[in-house]
Formats: sequence, structure tokens, C-alpha cells
Amino acid sequence: MNNPDPLGLDWTNLSAPPPPEGAPPEVPQKFFEKRKAVHPQRIDGPFRRFKWLVMLVTLGIYYVTPWIRWDRGPYAPDQAVLVDLAHRRFYMFGIEIWPHEFYFVAGLLIMAGIGLFLVTSAVGRAWCGYSCPQTVWTDVFQHVDRFVDGDRNARMRLDKAPWGPSKIARRAFKWTIYLVISFWTGGAWIMYFADAPTLTADFWTGQAAPVAYITVAILTATTFVLGGFMREQVCIYMCPWPRIQAAMLDEKSLLVTYKDWRGEPRGSVKKSAKNPDNFGDCIDCNQCVAVCPTGIDIREGPQIGCITCALCIDACDRVMKEVGRPRGLIDYATLEDCTREAAGETPRPVWQTLLRPRTLVYFSIWAGIGLGLMFALGTRSRTDLTVAADRNPPFMLMSDGSPRNAFTLKLRNMQNRQRRMEVSLSGLPGGVVWNDRMARTDAARSMTLTVAADSTQALRTYVLAPPGTAPQVFAFVLRSLDAEGESARSETRFAAPGEAR
Amino acid sequence: MMAEKRIDPPTGTETVGHEWDGIEELDTPMPRWWVWTFIACVIFAIGYVAVYPAIPMAEKATTGTLGWSSRGQLSAEMQAEKGRRAPMLTALSRIPIERLPQDSALMQQAVAGGRAAFQVNCVQCHGSGAAGSGGYPNLNDDDWLWGGDLKAIEYTLVHGIRHPGDVATRTSMMPAFDGILSPAEIGQVTGHVLSLTGKAAANPSGAAIFATNCASCHGQNGKGSRAFGAPNLADAIWLYGSSEQEIRRQILAPRHGVMPAWQGRLDPVTIRMLAAYVHSLGGGEDFVEVAEDPAVQVDEQP
Repeated sequence: MNNPDPLGLDWTNLSAPPPPEGAPPEVPQKFFEKRKAVHPQRIDGPFRRFKWLVMLVTLGIYYVTPWIRWDRGPYAPDQAVLVDLAHRRFYMFGIEIWPHEFYFVAGLLIMAGIGLFLVTSAVGRAWCGYSCPQTVWTDVFQHVDRFVDGDRNARMRLDKAPWGPSKIARRAFKWTIYLVISFWTGGAWIMYFADAPTLTADFWTGQAAPVAYITVAILTATTFVLGGFMREQVCIYMCPWPRIQAAMLDEKSLLVTYKDWRGEPRGSVKKSAKNPDNFGDCIDCNQCVAVCPTGIDIREGPQIGCITCALCIDACDRVMKEVGRPRGLIDYATLEDCTREAAGETPRPVWQTLLRPRTLVYFSIWAGIGLGLMFALGTRSRTDLTVAADRNPPFMLMSDGSPRNAFTLKLRNMQNRQRRMEVSLSGLPGGVVWNDRMARTDAARSMTLTVAADSTQALRTYVLAPPGTAPQVFAFVLRSLDAEGESARSETRFAAPGEAR
Repeated sequence: MMAEKRIDPPTGTETVGHEWDGIEELDTPMPRWWVWTFIACVIFAIGYVAVYPAIPMAEKATTGTLGWSSRGQLSAEMQAEKGRRAPMLTALSRIPIERLPQDSALMQQAVAGGRAAFQVNCVQCHGSGAAGSGGYPNLNDDDWLWGGDLKAIEYTLVHGIRHPGDVATRTSMMPAFDGILSPAEIGQVTGHVLSLTGKAAANPSGAAIFATNCASCHGQNGKGSRAFGAPNLADAIWLYGSSEQEIRRQILAPRHGVMPAWQGRLDPVTIRMLAAYVHSLGGGEDFVEVAEDPAVQVDEQP
């Protein structure tokens, strides 16, 4: 070569060497795995019953909450939980939150986040397994499958069967039930944003806002598709939480774990009866796989597809009982305990697993935010005052030469009743205040007025100071003339001719 | 170069058949969902072209079967807004303006409407904060040449000040004293005017000249007269400046501002709103009904 490559590479023939003679033809690599249908089998046991309970409670809260009434007097809605976007209020039983108090909601969200850290570090993906809406609704839809098409084997047979009148009828019936559940789910959502009985009546008479119909349609569609068809694919491919939670687990987190040191090698009861020393406890009955709602094999170890719903524990315990072996071949266990047990040591007591520095730190942060929020809620003021000074003109002189400033005050009354309030001047010697709803002749150091219930009142206010008053800082003080005697203070500047003092 | 299609083993996809220096391109079909979405968009577009204005023609675009247009939508919305405001406008045109402050809701609506109208029609002279400037009065203060109650303000707005062509316009004319008074006398009377606000010592000869030449309009004590639009010379507000030089100049060759009559330019309701807005700026005066005979009690009820 005249011009050798500096790296000494031969660029003339970079293609792969031809396959050797007689090698099998290359199998095209697939980048996409087709979904394997999951047909979980019916199972009963303590964890299944706990799941029923959680489902009952979570769905109950979701569907019933908007219908709870809560009397707040004539000036506020009587729905216990209401997100009133139109009027920018959030009601939750005795608590009313204004937009500027959104930090309460932010605090709750932070608590939810840290709560998830806490739960995950202590008991693994318990959120995924029991209370995640995707899990709960998937569970509901799987029960519909079971109700319409029968249990696992019947469903698998039906899946493989060719389309015929009977299969079409069954599918149509099942999907109709899906649709009803989905519609009910979407319909319940909008009840949180308006008065539920009124909205229901408006909805069915076609008088509700278009956004209500659109929201119901979207949520019906997502419930139908995500719960009815996508199911475990949401957890495995779409949801970020499994990844985040996987990163938060450690060897001391409780996980649904197959104790391979005890189960392997697998063998049927007959085989192990003949040769007890060669086989572990797992009889390879595949029950744990059959009941799994995400269709995984827990015996392959902790994996992203496992939502720790613990149904395989129920299934395995039942089998172990039948074959007369101790329960807990699949069980909630920490990886550390598994290692200890495998080495013949006794596992740590559960309280030691749960009460460790990491969970305690999470708990104290979580509880600290909660206490802080409760303290803030208990001591928050239900009045507020903001002051905006006129900038054009910043001041003007009256005919006697006294400078006058104009301000726009915003008086906030966050109680559900109208209140008498007093606005007074603090500082500015000789200054008097009046507003555009009273005569200038009534100007004084303070003025009293009534602020309507649950509202912000803008008030054009004038402040007059004696001639020769220099520019200076002063404050408006708002005080409620009632038992609470709440007050708010807002500093501002009085503009006048001359240099600032 | 011959197109030589072949199956690409790793992917199982056919190539487009061209090869450039060993680089080939897979003939990957569009995903089915994409194709269907595309077809759906085409079908949607056909419907859209039919019902909405779509195809540009020489004059304007095709109208579409719905007959919708953005101009039409705007005018419909404006019409709806007009309909919404109609009751307020009717009420505002019917109420005697001196009773307006008693209807605080209507007053607030009038002030809001007046603020908008002011920003369009009045800020050119009076400034966006209505603070005026040299020669243009500040409307925020409590000094009024022609009266500061709602009725007086409305009258000024309707007929203007020294507006040629309106017989009822507010008008007054201060004579130029250049030549009528000698320069020395002008100096003395200027000193007297300054003394009214304490800016100069009392000046008896100036006071005498003032009493003879000025008091007929400005009053014996210089407090002015609204009947003539004669300014108060004993207060802190000076339309053309308060220095000795400025006062002297105004005596020698007075300037007279002109405000247009808004009658005919603006509708009566807008003028009312403007009056309410100007009145609300902080210097507005209460309307005092003066009985011609003080002995007769005025019935305040409408």
C-alpha cells in the first residue's frame, strides 16, 4: 500500500468473514417480543383476601368520596372533597385551600413521594402489588374475565379457539362489561371537580360542560385499554416506578422471594420420594406461574415484572400444605435473610428488618413534613392584605399642597362568612386614609368595611399626608373585627416631592 | 447500477436494492398504525376542506358549507358581548347622573368602561394616569376650574372648553394685560398673586391693582370662580406654573386651553362612563343640589 493507514488497519475488507461451510443459517434477530397472553388462575389465601380488602377500600374511596356532603354554610359548596377549578378553591372536609396555599398540596405530594420511599425500602413494591390503580383495575378486569370465560384453562382454550358465534358473543359481552366499568371509572373522576349530584343530572341531560364529556371519554378509553388489554405491559414497559423502585430496594427490603436454596433442584413428589437427598422442596407444579397476574416466573429471582402482589405465596403455601412441606418456599423475605437462611443461620426478626436507619430516616422526614403541614394548617391566617401603589402618577398634590397617593388594596377574607375588617395606617404621621366608596371628608387614620365571604376585595384607597411630608415607608394594617382578631400587614412607600428620607 | 433487492438476514427486511460503497438501505414499511393515521388524516382533511374555508381563490377563500369565518366569529362574539352589556348601558343612559353614585354596582361598571374610553380618547392630553402636564389639568386632584361633581364633569365632556362650534361650550377669556397695565404694575400684581400662597410679602399696591383688574373674575381673595372658569390663585395648583416669571407671563399674554366637545364624537353613555371615571380618580365632588330659593326644601327622592 502506498498510503498506509496510521492505525495500521486494512480498510479494504471490513465485512464480516463468510460463515464457515455447513453452519446453520443465521436466525434473524427479533427486536420486539410479542406479548404472551396472561391468564392468571383463581387463587385464595391470606394475601388474596388482603388484596380483596385493599381493592374494596381503594375503589370505595374513589367512587364514594365525591358523594359525601359537608355543610359549610351558605357561601361555600357542601361537597366534602371538591377541586373547584373554576373558582380556584380546593375543599377537603373542614379544610379549604386557596391557590396561594398550594404548598399544602405540594407538601402532601412530597409526603406521598417520601411515603413511597419509606414503603419501598421497608416492604418492597407494596404499592405496585396492592394499591396502584393499574393493579387494582387490572385485578377487576381479570375477575371479569374469570366471570365471563371461566378460569385459566377455559380462557386459554377460548383464546386459541377460532372465531365463531359463541366466541364473538362472549367477547362482546365481556368487552361490554369492560366498557361499563371503564365508563363508571371515568364518570367518577369528574365528580371531584363539580357538585356531584348536579353534575350527574347535567351529564345525563346533556347540559354538562363539553370538558366533562371529553374527560369521561378519555378516561373511559384509557381505563378500557390500560386495564382491559395492556395490563401487565403497563407495569413492565410503560411505568417508570418499577425502575425507580428497583433502584430503591436493597438487600434489607422485604421482597416476594423464591428460596432457591430450599427449592432447588426441583422434582416431582414421586421423584423426591425415591431420592430425597437429590431434590429440593419445589415440586415444579408451576402454580406460582399460573396465578401470577403479570405472567412471570418468580423462581427466576427478583425481576422488574414482579409487582409483589404475593399471590404466588398463596399458591405455593397451599401446594406445600398439600404435599406436607413447610410453608414459605415463596415468601416475603429480604435478600440478606435468604443468604443467612441458606447458610443455616436464623433470619433476623421482622422488626429489625423494618426498623433500620434507612426506614427511620424516611419515616422522620415523612412525619416531620406531616407535622409541619398540620402546624401550618392550624396556625394559618384566613385574612390577607396586598398593596399595589399607583405608579402613574406616583403622587399628586391637592389644592392645599398636601401630597396624595393612591393604592389598590386587596383584602382577602378566606372564611365562609362575611367579615368586618379595619384597615389602618401604621407610620406616616398626620396621614389619613379613605377609599372610593366613602367621602373624603370621612378620611381618618383607619377605615372599616365589610369583606364578602370567601373572596378577595379590591379597594381603591387614597392616603393623604400633610403638606411638606417627605417620601417615606409606612404600612397598611388589616385587622378582622371579630373573635379571631386576625391581622395582616403590608409595607409600602409613600411618594411625595423631595428626596427619600 | 442495477437494483438488486435482497433480504437482510439480521432483520429479515427487504432492502431497497441500491448499494453505495457497501451501504444499503432497508425498505422498512411504514408501521400499520402510521399508515392508518395518515389515511384518517386525509379523510379528515377532505371533510375539513368541504365544511371550512380552505382553498384560496382570487377574491377570497372558498366559504365552506358551515359558512364559518374568523371575522364572522369575531362579530358574533362582539354581538354577544354587546347583548350582555346592553342592560348596563341602558341603565346607565336612563339614570340621572347625579344619582349614579347611589347605585354602586352600576357606578363601578361605568368607571371600568370609562377607564377604557379614557385610555383611547383622553390620554393624549391628560396623560395615562390622568395627571395632566403643563397646560393640561391634572384630573386626580381636588381643584376644578369648572366644577368637580358628576354633572359638571359630564357637562364639560359634552360641550368641551372653548370648543368652536358648540354654543354651550364652557368659555372664558382672560384679557392680555400687556399694554393695559404698565410693567411696574404688572410686577406689583404678580407680587400680590405670589403673596396669596405665601411666596411673597404682602403687597398693598399690588392688592389694589388686583382688586381693580382681577377680582371681578378671580374674586377679592383670589380664590377664583367656577362660573367663569377662573382659577383659584390661592392654592397650590397652577396650570401654567407657579414661578414669578410664569405668573407674569400669564398676566401679559394668557394662554387658554381648548378641550374638544365630545358630544357627537362619543355616544352619551361613553361620555357618562368617562365622567364617572374622572370623578372616581379621587378628586370628585359630591353633587349638591342647590335650590333657587334656599327656603324651599329640595326633594332628594327621584
